[in-house]
Amino acid sequence: MRVRFWGTRGSLPVSLSAEDIKGKIVEALIAAAGRNLKTRDEIEAFVGRDLPFAISHTYGGNTSCIELDIGSDEHVLCDLGTGVRLFGLDVLARKGPRTPRTFHVFMSHLHWDHIMGFPFFPHAYLPGNRIVIYGCHAGIEEAFRRQNAAPCFPVDFSRLSAKIEFVKLEPGRRVRHAGLDVTPKLQQHSGDSYSYRFEHGGKVVVYSTDAEHKTDDVASTHEVVEFFRNADLVIFDAMYSLADAVSVKEDWGHSSNIVGVELCQHARARHLCIYHHEPVYSDAKIASVLQETLRLEEITRTGHTLRISSAYDGLEIAV
Amino acid sequence: MQVSAVRYADVLVVAVKGRIDYMNAEEFKAALLPHLVNCAPGRDQVVLDLSRLEYVSSAGLRVLMIAAKEVRPRKGRLVAVSLQPVVREIFEISRFTLVFDLFDSVQDALRALSPKAASMSHTG
Repeated sequence: MRVRFWGTRGSLPVSLSAEDIKGKIVEALIAAAGRNLKTRDEIEAFVGRDLPFAISHTYGGNTSCIELDIGSDEHVLCDLGTGVRLFGLDVLARKGPRTPRTFHVFMSHLHWDHIMGFPFFPHAYLPGNRIVIYGCHAGIEEAFRRQNAAPCFPVDFSRLSAKIEFVKLEPGRRVRHAGLDVTPKLQQHSGDSYSYRFEHGGKVVVYSTDAEHKTDDVASTHEVVEFFRNADLVIFDAMYSLADAVSVKEDWGHSSNIVGVELCQHARARHLCIYHHEPVYSDAKIASVLQETLRLEEITRTGHTLRISSAYDGLEIAV
Repeated sequence: MQVSAVRYADVLVVAVKGRIDYMNAEEFKAALLPHLVNCAPGRDQVVLDLSRLEYVSSAGLRVLMIAAKEVRPRKGRLVAVSLQPVVREIFEISRFTLVFDLFDSVQDALRALSPKAASMSHTG
């Protein structure tokens, strides 16, 4: 299974400013000073190998959307944030506009940043395509219909040419859809959110975004640990610092890198991917959070090594 | 996990020993909060001696945040001292260094909070 991250930013899409780009170029040129970089190959090797990721790249600014690729002709996504626009364009570029295509989408919840990419998903406009949207919320279809309607958007939902279906899932009930075994779990978030445990070919991916894991209740912490148990990859909302998450931003519905490491260590998960980045964070700040999280894992490790990475738009992880 | 307290004049030095995680965080909370009931300027200010705290998880840090919030309305001082390197790093990564004033030793904290308490501790 391959997991591709099309949108990794929390709450609100963001983009780099002109000053941000200038700053990256200045830092890159400072790092390149005195080096003998004459050919394009030498320059690309320097950029790819010697520059910190936060200078040579960006974590990106699209909101939540990931793809689970199990090698099927049918596509599997989680959430429809602005990242789904890039996903759709990528499918068009790779496969062309040929229809029919089937897309399965598992929704964590219906907040705006998780559905706002759908009106710009090109495959929704192609007759013959089928889009199946799964979720545990009662009002899931209404949320999509209201978004694709005046005055929010010029194209009404009824004019979308693809066949769009909604499938209600039950928390805690393992079902098989799109070639995957899928179990949703209720999470603490305003209006509720749901994580998903996907199992395929002996591999497990957990998608847990927009969740406030408080760890002050032993029973609910045990439940989450069991849900994460032995996962090959846990995609985890680590939007806030712990101090913020338990003080000024308590009950805002998000978790921290510290809680992510702890839960994955208890669950003996193999790989924690920090996700749903705070929109005010710069690339340098996100890179710094990653370094701190790596260090936390190192100093709290008790035999089991947890791999840690930070999601960025365009990241692909082989599971 | 053990919590014990020693009084120096108007300051309580509360020592925490062991490891705090989600399994014993509630126990830690029940042991710590009673020492904060009278924390206010001029009386029962609290120094958390963390020199024998080996590890604190998010659940333990949450208790410390509850403690900080408890004393704040009364303008009481709750400070932490002598953090072991691992605990200090956890404080830094969690941004709890922004929540607590940290001191290198109990004596340093007592001098900052109450000269009377500092002199008492000095004379034993």
